Amino acid sequence: MKYPYSKRVIEHFRHPHHMGRMKNPDAVGVAGNPVCGDVMYIYIKVKDNRIIDLKWETMGCAAAIATTSMLADLAIGKTLDEAEKLTKKEVADALEGLPPIKMHCSNLAADALRDAIKKYREKHEN
Amino acid sequence: MQVYLDNATTTRTADEVIEAMLPFFNEKYGLPSSEFGHSMGIDASDALEQSRKTIANYLNVKPNEIVFTSGETESNNLAVLGVARAKGKGHIITTSIERLSILNTCRHLETKGFEITYLPVDKHGLVSPDDLQSAIRDDTILVSVQHANPEIGTVQDIKAIGEICGEHNILFHTDASSSFGLEDLPMEHIDLATFTSHLIHGPKGIASLFVREDITIKPIFFGSNNEFGIRPGFENIPGIVGFAKAVTLLSKKYVEKMRKQRDHIINELTAIPHTYLNGHPEKRLCNNVNVSFSFIEGESVVLHLDMRGIATSTGSACSSPNLKGSYVLEAVGQDPEVSHGSLRLTLSRYTTDREIEYALKHIKDVVSKLREMSPFKDEDTFRKMAKEEHK
Repeated sequence: MKYPYSKRVIEHFRHPHHMGRMKNPDAVGVAGNPVCGDVMYIYIKVKDNRIIDLKWETMGCAAAIATTSMLADLAIGKTLDEAEKLTKKEVADALEGLPPIKMHCSNLAADALRDAIKKYREKHEN
Repeated sequence: MQVYLDNATTTRTADEVIEAMLPFFNEKYGLPSSEFGHSMGIDASDALEQSRKTIANYLNVKPNEIVFTSGETESNNLAVLGVARAKGKGHIITTSIERLSILNTCRHLETKGFEITYLPVDKHGLVSPDDLQSAIRDDTILVSVQHANPEIGTVQDIKAIGEICGEHNILFHTDASSSFGLEDLPMEHIDLATFTSHLIHGPKGIASLFVREDITIKPIFFGSNNEFGIRPGFENIPGIVGFAKAVTLLSKKYVEKMRKQRDHIINELTAIPHTYLNGHPEKRLCNNVNVSFSFIEGESVVLHLDMRGIATSTGSACSSPNLKGSYVLEAVGQDPEVSHGSLRLTLSRYTTDREIEYALKHIKDVVSKLREMSPFKDEDTFRKMAKEEHK
């Protein structure tokens, strides 16, 4: 393998899952910023405290794109309580690892999801 | 299809060059010796001096002004350190967009008591001769300004810079490694110049430093008395022969061909919305295209293109081992959110129109694919989010 990424990262990078903007999401979470080069938007649909659909948009490197795609696979179907416990390490492990330097700067999808869940809860507690 | 568009990093060695080098590995493998030594050594001396003459003739300088080194890094180190050591102390002027072999040498000299001025560049990467004029001090010993920038392709006004140095009697070095064979250089205004082989389809590991015969620089290596006492160590004869062969293959007809191809690529890519040309619109190397695409990141672009057989490069921080963005794009004032989306394509004489059409088709496709994926669709939202982060 000549690339610094695992086969799974490359698969998700080439053919990302659940990519795109969602119409009328129940909440939108954001992580990263354009100055650092990686930004993730995560859109969720929630029913009975469960994520029934998730879509995302990412600007970033291959690791940023693959981690968002993998996070979507992991989060859909989970309850909000389960989903908010998803860690960066779980995302990276599911991708058969990430180059160490990409662990922190590009692996932000779990943060974006937690942000979405937080916003969903704020909206529904009122 | 394999398309190599990274010729500012290195070029394919020409077949004619390889052919010229081969006998010097297993037939004429001697090292240069005095005329009283054996024939193998004398043959090597002849090859060395003939090659030196070929390169000197091309540049219209004297053979004894060409010193062979191991690469542009060594030539640049030798120029700056060699002058600094000969003078002992003083002030050096360079620019903020030089190769690291100039910048890091200058930073080293700062720790040794030398003072360095790093001239800024404008948004196109040009150094202002007025800035140079006002930076000159009584104790300025050297000015080092590159001929052309390897990243954004901007070509400096070497004649104007050289004239200012001449008026003040200050030594002038130019790193001409990116422009060699592509742009004419006014040698009469230059005291020291770096030329390298691997960017003109010669072998890697060989370069030269032009040192005007009436100036004195000190060596940075110590050993035997090779290369006029300036660069000890046995000469890389196959490399030197290959370098000289590559020089004989240089031709203006390739420059014209590349310039047309470059303009076509720039026209096609800047027609994509939210795409900016980096570097100077006119004063640029005939083989350099550098653009930034808003809303996407360059490592992703380079990786997608590589998977389609196209070799390119980016100034994005995400693709560098230390996650630092391009210092050249920073120096021309490009915001990091935009420089993340930079893409450099550099041509060679071997680049065909068919390869360019293939690359353009795939670049457009990759950019649109990544933009579809990006949360940003308009400059306002993009810049606003970046601006908040800048605070």
